[in-house]
Amino acid sequence: MPAASSARKPRILLAKPGLDGHDRGVKVVGMALRDAGMEVIYLGLRQSASSIVSAAQQEDVDLIGLSVLSGVHLAITARLIAERDQLGLQSVPVIVGGTIPADDAQELLRLGAAAVFPVGFDLAAMVDAVRELALGAREAANA
Amino acid sequence: MNRATTERQTESGIPVKALYTSDDIASDSPARIGAPGRPPFTRGPYEQMYRERLWTMRQYSGFGSAEDTNQRYRYLLEQGQTALSVAFDLPTQLGLDSDHELAEDEVGRVGVAIDTAQDMCDLFDGLPLDQLSVNFTINATAPIILAFYLVAAERQGVAQASLSGTLQNDILKEFLARKTFIFPPMESVRVACDVVEYCSTTLPRFNPISITGYHAREAGCSAVQELAFTFADAIAYCDHLVARGVPFDSFASRLSFHFASQMDFFEEVAKVRAARRMWCTIATERYGAKDENSTRLRFFSGCSGATLTAQQPLNNVVRSTLQCLAAVLGGAQSIHVMGYDEAYEIPSEESVRLALRTQQIIGLESGVTNTVDPLAGSYFVESLTDSVQAKATEILEQIQAEGGAIEAISAGVLQRWIAENSYAEARAIADGSRPKVGVNLYATDEEEVPATLFTPDLSAAERQRARLDRARSLRDPAAVAAAISQVVQAAGSGSNVMPSILDAARVGASVGEIADAMRGQFGEYREPQPW
Repeated sequence: MPAASSARKPRILLAKPGLDGHDRGVKVVGMALRDAGMEVIYLGLRQSASSIVSAAQQEDVDLIGLSVLSGVHLAITARLIAERDQLGLQSVPVIVGGTIPADDAQELLRLGAAAVFPVGFDLAAMVDAVRELALGAREAANA
Repeated sequence: MNRATTERQTESGIPVKALYTSDDIASDSPARIGAPGRPPFTRGPYEQMYRERLWTMRQYSGFGSAEDTNQRYRYLLEQGQTALSVAFDLPTQLGLDSDHELAEDEVGRVGVAIDTAQDMCDLFDGLPLDQLSVNFTINATAPIILAFYLVAAERQGVAQASLSGTLQNDILKEFLARKTFIFPPMESVRVACDVVEYCSTTLPRFNPISITGYHAREAGCSAVQELAFTFADAIAYCDHLVARGVPFDSFASRLSFHFASQMDFFEEVAKVRAARRMWCTIATERYGAKDENSTRLRFFSGCSGATLTAQQPLNNVVRSTLQCLAAVLGGAQSIHVMGYDEAYEIPSEESVRLALRTQQIIGLESGVTNTVDPLAGSYFVESLTDSVQAKATEILEQIQAEGGAIEAISAGVLQRWIAENSYAEARAIADGSRPKVGVNLYATDEEEVPATLFTPDLSAAERQRARLDRARSLRDPAAVAAAISQVVQAAGSGSNVMPSILDAARVGASVGEIADAMRGQFGEYREPQPW
């Protein structure tokens, strides 16, 4: 592994897009990622796709995590990925958590999400997956 | 390891012994337990409880447009539901019209979209408001929704005095969980109290606020914290009203409460028995209540979504049954049972019917309603009721020492307690120390999903935007502008916002327009960072 990728902790941006305020899950995820040695920036509630991707750019993050429990994950994720690509941040993976039926999880992956964590995901497995995705993204960006 | 000697505790950490005897009940216990319908109300708010009348079966529902939800309400009433409970979509809860850019994906999604008083009239089309108790889960925009409801009643020819139901209108708990706040905490409390004050003189059968621990609990706090948060919020509202010069006894009997019912069966029963006793003490000692009704706590019990699992979803039917039974044995006045499929979607018609049947079977077949407070006198339940009350009172005093609910919320203290507790719970499930059947025990590899899921109608948002356009085209713009300026004036001057909002509703002003009038005066709130 090149020295550049291990020089800093993985930087993770978490946000709640849309109007949903159920933030129990995103906070648990944030605390678990911090305990696992990652740097977590939580943007908070009611974020638009453009505010999230511009924060991702400014903060130079390795991964964007969205939490949506109001059922609007498909539209919001599609918009966010389009805006991310417009900014040239294709190497920053997007993951989505929340109340997500299985068919929609498949659809999110097809839209370009790197991973989906519906209600009931395993916390330890999520932490491992996020670390791996974030480090992979760093390497790709440095390559 | 010898299982029998392992230390046990309740979900909120109260130690539980192997055996309880008369030694575990304090000598002054008979007075504290008392009689049902009499202070301190440990045994229930009414003398005859369910012998006289079963609890109100109130399934929360709403989606799409007013017409879509009206159909679901007719269905639920035909199925034997005894009252309505309106779920609003997020734009309505946040004071955004359906054509606002932030509302784009969310119109009609998690609840019904209501833009103007005309939508409210259509929501209750054919449903007589003088005969139906209606619950409104609405907070930041509660005065606007109340005004629309009053207009709907006027157009049905129903007098305000004969309306019954509940407006959630507990904005403080929105800063703790669910987070549909708009204005800063202090201004929000003022608006909530405007509603309570208005209703205290005009709507004698209506509960203008439902002070709620449910959402903080679902967001992860413990049962004892739930009680402490609820009463800290109650004290913030009551202090504000009393400071305004509204006599405590003029509104206190119409305060209602809302608690969660989760998995620790006896702790849930003990919690609501303790809650009644705590409120009786607060009302009497802090506010000098003279009317006994001001000291009588009545509550709505919401079974828990947070305890339900996506894995093996039918297990949730069993969890909900236990939670509903705990609510009944705790003496709830109304109950909502979750749909077993809520980890996936808003509940399907089938799952809502099963939730209602769960209540009906407990109420009509199980026999538990034949006598009042059947668990009274249990050494364990009485001892646990005392312990829950003592721990909750200690936390409440801690919050009051921080300056009370508004201060503690503004500083993010309570939000941090909730997040810490929910993280501890998530880790306990992850490491297996807290059993969760189908998740960390007896898990299967096969994917099990509910047979039928609710399918959102994506055209509902378009239809709602068309309804809003039509409503706007039919009104008198000058009358709306004049009414809105009255709302601005009331909000800015500190006089009660309700009368001007009601006038604005009558001339067709929208949720977004009325909320904007208040936003301009109060500003919008951004919450503190969680860490």
